[in-house]
Amino acid sequence: MTVALSGKEIASQIEEKFPGSVEESSQDSLVMKSNSLLPAATFLKDTESLKFDYLNYITAVDYYSYFEVVYQLTSLEHNHSIVIKTRCYTRENPAVPSVVGLWQGANSQEREIYDLMGISFEKHPNLKRMFLWEGFPGHPLRKDYL
Amino acid sequence: MTTTEMMTLKTEPFVLNFGPVHPSTHGVYRMRATLDGEVIIDIEPVVGYLHRGIEKLAEERTYTGFIPLTDRLDYISPMSNNLAYCLAVEKLAGIKVPERAEYIRIIIAELQRLANHCVAVGSFLNDAGAYFTPFMYTFREREKIIDLFDMVCGQRLTYNYMRIGGVSQDIPEEFMPALKKLVDQLTRFIEEYERLLKQNEILLARAKDVGILPRETAINYGISGPVARASGVKWDLRKADPYSIYDRFEFDIPVGETGDCYDRYRVRIEEMRQSLRILKQAMKDIPSGPVKADVPHLVRPPAGEAYAHLEAPKGELGFYLVSDGSIAPYRCHIRPTSLINLGALREMVRGWKVADLIIIFGSIDITMGEVDR
Repeated sequence: MTVALSGKEIASQIEEKFPGSVEESSQDSLVMKSNSLLPAATFLKDTESLKFDYLNYITAVDYYSYFEVVYQLTSLEHNHSIVIKTRCYTRENPAVPSVVGLWQGANSQEREIYDLMGISFEKHPNLKRMFLWEGFPGHPLRKDYL
Repeated sequence: MTTTEMMTLKTEPFVLNFGPVHPSTHGVYRMRATLDGEVIIDIEPVVGYLHRGIEKLAEERTYTGFIPLTDRLDYISPMSNNLAYCLAVEKLAGIKVPERAEYIRIIIAELQRLANHCVAVGSFLNDAGAYFTPFMYTFREREKIIDLFDMVCGQRLTYNYMRIGGVSQDIPEEFMPALKKLVDQLTRFIEEYERLLKQNEILLARAKDVGILPRETAINYGISGPVARASGVKWDLRKADPYSIYDRFEFDIPVGETGDCYDRYRVRIEEMRQSLRILKQAMKDIPSGPVKADVPHLVRPPAGEAYAHLEAPKGELGFYLVSDGSIAPYRCHIRPTSLINLGALREMVRGWKVADLIIIFGSIDITMGEVDR
């Protein structure tokens, strides 16, 4: 059984290493500040006791007042998982750092989010629209798209 | 040194367009392949021809009303899609499924895996150049499985059989004898098929050591299912994170050694054998009782979020649902197995010839309905 690690516990480990990087944490997940997402993700991937080498999925949710990008990570070796999130509080050109450098599987999923939710991923190698054509008006998965 | 530099005769890189309508693309997939002579330097996938906005459509349907749309994701194995979605809603709403329904779900899901692998193996051999003979054999067997699905829900392709809290109706009386007969037939069929192909010289020449995906690359790309297992990643959600009642059954996880096209083919054949093992156990133990929990027509899960995943025939299929307490999901994200598995295609084909591109692509086993959604 994959053990879902406590977000609070992981948050305290990250806080110890990168003070002030966690926005909030709960039992199920932790919310990172977007500027410290990359160092924290590297920490989660490379620490021997955590070793989150597998990225299950990335998705984004529009909560009107902010966008939330959700990452689920699993360690195939230790068989445990964690959900980390990051938020963008602007509707005009929201951006979060890309994790393609850590997990190549993020490539197409980040392009999909860029296409359908309109969130840019900084330093993504090939950030183009994926399903819809260039010039398509708006981003359909946003809640204000009608 | 690149291939171009090694050649005395310099050639210009040449861009060749495959698809979107091409017999080997399994749907409407397009790739722009940059070639140096016959050797592939790079490919650029172009997707979206089948994009229907299913994730957006989920937001304006009731929880139950979305089930038929999940059939249209991976239309080769709709039952697994139904099940993955229902598991997510059940997790979100905390619904307990009756024992008999769990067994029916396992039987149906394993039959679906057999049907999917029949298509996967058949079309893989088609791509290898064995036009339609092995394909017809596997489709003949798939037809028998579809007849069983027809028996339980009256549909042959888009089943819409699973429900939140169980299944839509109990299996008919004639199902169990038919299933028993089918399991015997399929066991014999796999042996027959193996005699034909396991040591087939042409298949070995075309698929052995072709399109190798190393273990670390597979993990880094998030690859799952038979493709990952062929690369030596011993990861099957039925064992690693057992859902439903998979922890009660005995079966093995077949893994490959080199991660080439032949291993991917072998893993699928071995998985079919393991599915038959699970079916035999499930058939023996299935209890009687209700097949659906008492769930209101309009399910209103409490506000929150849930992610449930299962081992679909093609790999990890998951649904991430966010509820705001209303009758429709606030957000429904589908973790697309095919799209993520397709991500590694570039790694697999670089340096191989155009003829190998088709067989490597075929060995991943994708469905465009799930890639584009």
